[in-house]
Amino acid sequence: MSAGSYPPPVRLVRQEHGEPRVISNGVLGMSLFVLTEIMLFAGMVSAFTIVRASAAIWPPPDQPRLPFEETAFNTAALFLSGVFLFVAQRRFTVDRRSARMPLLAAIGLGGFFVVFQGWEWVSMIAQGLTMTSSILGSFFYLIVGTHALHAIVAIGLLVQSLRRLQGGWLQPSQLATAAVLWYFVVGAWPMIYWRVYL
Amino acid sequence: MAESIPVEHADGHADHGGHHEMSFSEKYIFPLDHKMIAMQYMFTGMFMAVIGGFFAYAFRMQLAFPGINVPGWGVVTPADYNALVTSHGSIMIFWVAMPVLIAAFGNYLIPLMIGADDMVFPRVNRLSYQIFLLSAIIILASFFVEGGAFGGAWTAYPPLSTKAEYSLTGIGSTMWILAVALEFVAFLLGGINFITTAMNSRAPGMKMWDIPMVVWMIVIASILFMLSVGPLLAGGIMMMFDQQLGTAFFDPDRGGDPILWQHLFWFFGHPEVYVVLLPAVGIVADVMTVFSRKKLFGYKTVLYTAIGTGVLSFTVWAHHQFVAGIDPRMANVFTVTTLLISVPIAEMMFVYIATLYGGSITFKTPMLWALAFIFEFLIGGITGIFLGASGNDIYMHDTYFVLAHFHYTFYPIAIIGTFAGFTHWFPKMFGKMMNDNLGKLHFWLTIIPFNLIFLPLFVLGAAGQHRRIYDYQNFPELSLPWMQDLRQLATISLCVMLGAQLIFFYNVIKSWMSGPAAGKNPWRASTLEWTAASPPPHGNWPEGLPTCYRGPYEYSHPDHEEDYWPQNEPA
Repeated sequence: MSAGSYPPPVRLVRQEHGEPRVISNGVLGMSLFVLTEIMLFAGMVSAFTIVRASAAIWPPPDQPRLPFEETAFNTAALFLSGVFLFVAQRRFTVDRRSARMPLLAAIGLGGFFVVFQGWEWVSMIAQGLTMTSSILGSFFYLIVGTHALHAIVAIGLLVQSLRRLQGGWLQPSQLATAAVLWYFVVGAWPMIYWRVYL
Repeated sequence: MAESIPVEHADGHADHGGHHEMSFSEKYIFPLDHKMIAMQYMFTGMFMAVIGGFFAYAFRMQLAFPGINVPGWGVVTPADYNALVTSHGSIMIFWVAMPVLIAAFGNYLIPLMIGADDMVFPRVNRLSYQIFLLSAIIILASFFVEGGAFGGAWTAYPPLSTKAEYSLTGIGSTMWILAVALEFVAFLLGGINFITTAMNSRAPGMKMWDIPMVVWMIVIASILFMLSVGPLLAGGIMMMFDQQLGTAFFDPDRGGDPILWQHLFWFFGHPEVYVVLLPAVGIVADVMTVFSRKKLFGYKTVLYTAIGTGVLSFTVWAHHQFVAGIDPRMANVFTVTTLLISVPIAEMMFVYIATLYGGSITFKTPMLWALAFIFEFLIGGITGIFLGASGNDIYMHDTYFVLAHFHYTFYPIAIIGTFAGFTHWFPKMFGKMMNDNLGKLHFWLTIIPFNLIFLPLFVLGAAGQHRRIYDYQNFPELSLPWMQDLRQLATISLCVMLGAQLIFFYNVIKSWMSGPAAGKNPWRASTLEWTAASPPPHGNWPEGLPTCYRGPYEYSHPDHEEDYWPQNEPA
């Protein structure tokens, strides 16, 4: 414990009592939640794959192309955000206060990703790709929108971790819980990029 | 937002000393205590069961006596009939079987059986019930909006369910999807809680193989639920968009695919059968060992077969779609996997029969229910083999044979399994003994009419009677006198069975008010929940949480003079 002023972690009532736990409650609970979310995205992406494979002409002829170069750049930004969060977690175990900068960077890059996606949506709608214009548009907004919703919630959790870190009462398991969701958001995106954009 | 973040503070545990007096709303309306949340789930589920049963009564009366003015409902119109059938199916599966078997028994039993003072996320638990209650209110409210409740059958196949001109319902269909989706969110939160609690807060000494079977089964069922529900949620969102935003996910004219919904639905729908089956199987294991005073024959076998069933259950879904135009080669594959899944289940049944063999069986009410579960579920399982074979299913598809088959599986699960569990743990829940004679009367007046409802329907189904037909008088070959007689037999049996439930409610209320005190361990059972007071106080063991020394089913152990050896008793 390098920071002497940092309060000792809150012990759970049952930690003195009961079988020794391998994974903390928060991380286990969030991992189970992520399991469901993986299946949610698997359902959407495989539905899209089936519809795409059975279409006579693909992509729909009068619809704009999805901007895969710009999104590749955005994918890199999101990946970098995941790396920064990993660095933040590693630093947190050594010197808690030094985790602030990488956590801030992770949140910033994550926010950039969501804003960039929103800008992309605006330009796609301007080009005539909407929810009802074609099956491509329906699936595009459904899958990317659901992912963006998860990204926003996960960024909220990271911001909360940052506030706790600045207040000095962040627990390692709390940071890890938020990180599980963020790693899911980061990890799911390349799959979506591959199946939807390419 | 803060509600859903799992934090490691011991929320709701600070007041376990018993110093803090809780207000009425803290204790009964917005409780954090797992037992009170379990009771909320239990009684909401029972209320919904009464409604679902009433719906069955209304449409069965229409089928037996077409055009009759049904007492309590009025004349059943075609739109009414569709709404009643749809809501009966949806309510009985999503608002009765799941809340009672998983949420109520899971919430009540998991912390008590593993020696914990509460769930690990009490606030998530409370939120789970509140979302569930909201979903129940929405599904009931849909009966009172313009166009009435959803009439597209509980499977909601498009285009019937997405186009108002086909399903004859307007906003009711969107309310149905919303209610189902919210219900899933509630069980998702509940499932996270059950698994995390069972994994992380077991009593010291309780190893993996010392966990009572019902806890294992609820955990495995929760995992199955969480793995299967995602695709259906995706499909639900897509269907809601189709109805309300005008997208075309399931509209073939505009590039969509209606069969896609069937895949998404049954990928969830088939594991769902095992999601509700496994808790019932676990309850029966616990009841059976207690009342035959024998160790469970093959604890690990039951566990492995449950896991095997769970894995296989993800590979069988297209057996619901043999006539949907899928590739016949695919049908072969799904026939094989479907017939394979009967192997682990059959093995489980053999284990139960072997548990009974040579035991000192006492026929108390819970034991009768447990035995009836085995018997009736076997009928459901064996008729499932007929339907799993695609060649036969092409003839049987959408007949009453299918309907009778799945009622012979779901009824033992949701009703018989629940009664077994409820009568077994009633002394723990309320601290009073139930009247055994009234319990047995209720048992026989439920089981005999149940068989008289669905055995005739097997015959009618084999004779070609199709499901989802409002009035058979329009089909001369299906309204022969003997067929109408069997329909009336089924309906009258249903009325007898529903009437018999009054005995149950009377027995519950009478025993709760003035039954003899149960004491800690009336059944002389060895699992941990029977070492707490009846009913257990807030915190379950205020004097200190128990320690576990042995497996859950040590009955008639040769090294112990008493015929049961409690898990918490040092050697």
